[in-house]
Amino acid sequence: MAQITLVEAVTQALAFEMQRDPKVVVFGEDVGLNGGVFRATDGLQARFGRERVLDTPLAENMIGGMAIGMAAQGLRPVAEFQFMGFIYPALDQILSHAGRYRNRTRGRLSCPIVYRAPYGGGIHAPEHHSESTEALFAHIPGLRLVVPSSPARAYGLLLAAIRDPDPVMFLEPKRIYRAVRQEVVDSGEALPLDRAFVLREGRDITLVAWGASLKEALQVAEQLSREGIEVEVIDLATLKPLDIHTIIDSLEKTHRCVLIHEAARFCGVGAEVASQINEYAFDLLLAPVQRVTGFDTVMPYFQLEDAYLPGVPRIMTAVREVLEYANGGVA
Amino acid sequence: MHKPRMQLLASFDIASLQYLDERGQTTQALPDFATPDTLEALYRQMTLARMVDDRAVKMQRTGQLGTYPSSLGQEAIGVGVAAAMAKEDVYCPNYRETGALLERGVRIEEIYTIWGGDERGQNFCHVREDLPLSVPIATQMLHGAGVAFALKYKHEQLSQPMRAAVTSGGDGATSKGDFYEAINLAGDWKLPLVVVINNNQWAISLSRSGQTACRTLAQKAIAAGIPSLQVDGNDVIAVYQAVTEALQQAHAGGGPSLIEAVSYRLCDHTTADDASRYQPAEELKEAWAREPLRRLRAYLETLGAWGEAREEAMQRELKEILEESVRVYRQAPRDTATAIFDHLYETLPEAFVEQYQQLQGDS
Ligand SMILES: Cc1ncc(C[n+]2csc(CCOP(=O)(O)OP(=O)(O)O)c2C)c(N)n1
Ligand SMILES: [Mg+2]
Repeated sequence: MAQITLVEAVTQALAFEMQRDPKVVVFGEDVGLNGGVFRATDGLQARFGRERVLDTPLAENMIGGMAIGMAAQGLRPVAEFQFMGFIYPALDQILSHAGRYRNRTRGRLSCPIVYRAPYGGGIHAPEHHSESTEALFAHIPGLRLVVPSSPARAYGLLLAAIRDPDPVMFLEPKRIYRAVRQEVVDSGEALPLDRAFVLREGRDITLVAWGASLKEALQVAEQLSREGIEVEVIDLATLKPLDIHTIIDSLEKTHRCVLIHEAARFCGVGAEVASQINEYAFDLLLAPVQRVTGFDTVMPYFQLEDAYLPGVPRIMTAVREVLEYANGGVA
Repeated sequence: MHKPRMQLLASFDIASLQYLDERGQTTQALPDFATPDTLEALYRQMTLARMVDDRAVKMQRTGQLGTYPSSLGQEAIGVGVAAAMAKEDVYCPNYRETGALLERGVRIEEIYTIWGGDERGQNFCHVREDLPLSVPIATQMLHGAGVAFALKYKHEQLSQPMRAAVTSGGDGATSKGDFYEAINLAGDWKLPLVVVINNNQWAISLSRSGQTACRTLAQKAIAAGIPSLQVDGNDVIAVYQAVTEALQQAHAGGGPSLIEAVSYRLCDHTTADDASRYQPAEELKEAWAREPLRRLRAYLETLGAWGEAREEAMQRELKEILEESVRVYRQAPRDTATAIFDHLYETLPEAFVEQYQQLQGDS
């Protein structure tokens, strides 16, 4: 069986679902003839026709809004925003309508939409092409927020997102679009949309991350394992609704936790995770939860992006601090 | 300086349509649909819309309703638009839409329920596919484009009968990107969409001239490559005829069009507004002379089809309907607090169950 990349897994999931369900329609800027600027929709227009894979005029608010009308009519729109940094014109439609339609009409109409976008830094792109503003969407009621981190999870989670009866923000970590190849069975099997994944088991400390940051999290785990420190690595994957249980189960073992995300620290999704750990698992902790995140600054132009992104050294420092933390102040 | 020679590439015209002038006299031969029976039915619905609005404002003043946007003076637009639609077409409304909602089959008590602060009103029990009232200006026009896409798609790909979408907005809405994005997409993709602008001359306190340098709003369609027309929005025959033709074109696969219906907001923007702060009294007085009900009644009277007795009988009948709706609205028990979770997602994810139970315990 073919080994495929994360971005190819996205294409494979789209193709599977378009084949299965004639109500699935894919559209966005350059997604048709060109197959998307990252080729996520490569070959779909040739296979399913221009009626189902459509190049839209250049207007993100329009892409966000038309999807709502389509969904209200029972279609399954999958809208691509070319980059996360260009979703913002559509924020109004997503926030004011997509997340509220079901509630506003008391269930009469709903918005089974997938809004896809490549997101995150680390590919030396121009300004606005490296954003990680997932927390903006995590705050919106009525949405789901999903970030895959491997080809298999991209495939299974995207299928689930398209089939889900409610709007899903599906953010694809473009830094790892082609980082690894993996066998992905094209079985049409979806993954749950409310479950975190334990990527590596360990007894000493828990690392929680999502998207491209898992690459560094797993590297840190590998290095520390050589010192005899066993790190558990959790892929949060479905940022909303958030699966705190998997994290608490892990803390029962490790009692220590570091959260990692590219996005700015202030009000990042890590803050919510830390807060829930505090609420539900305070007694389990042997050290305060630490966050390793992007800074509360503008995402820099790419010359400085490595300084911004939470790399292995910063994660390593935090992990060691948490591991060495002893409640020394109070007798 | 030498003046370069240029060639004319394109030129455009904007037409305007009227059948009934402000005195109720015909300005040209009426279209076939305009039989006394049809016109009486339209007159009845416009009268009902005015009564529903009037009652709503009174209820708001006595604390029985929240902020309310009356459509006083613009009844011909809503009623005319919706009357021209097939039942199967899909309406994607703005918020100032009493006449259209009634004509579509939305219940009076549902309208009151919405403005009484309860989402259940948007769950139109007889009109399952129409979109809910939309408050963020112009946003619904993009939903209209999406609905139109879906209707065309279901016709072409899934062998369903061709239907069309109609969306509406105010003069203020034409300044927003959503409006242009919707008509631009609809033109490019030949979507079965009719966009109706209720040009009531005001966007809260900003007059029509403050909105754009365009002489008409209809001409904005030129930039989207779609046909457009200005109609006398106080002449229900013109509105009905224009929308009928636009829908015929849409149903036949001929694509979208834009209709600017010129009217005047004879009321405050909403019950939370005081238009006397900015609306010139003289202008308002002149606008009253052009309002839509009186001219239609005058025309019906000249036909000998209408008179004081029939007017009174109709008023009595409508008042009864209205009072019954008010009663139903007032008697509805408040929704349970946990309803705010019930339709957040199709199935409430486990992560929210604790909040749900907390609210349940509190209330
Ligand atoms: C995006 C947005 N901005 C501001 C408002 C507040 N607001 C409500 S109605 C209105 C004026 C709208 O004017 P127009 O489009 O002409 O419609 P009308 O109220 O006259 O029917 C404004 C500014 C809003 N609802 N949505
Ligand atoms: Mg207006």
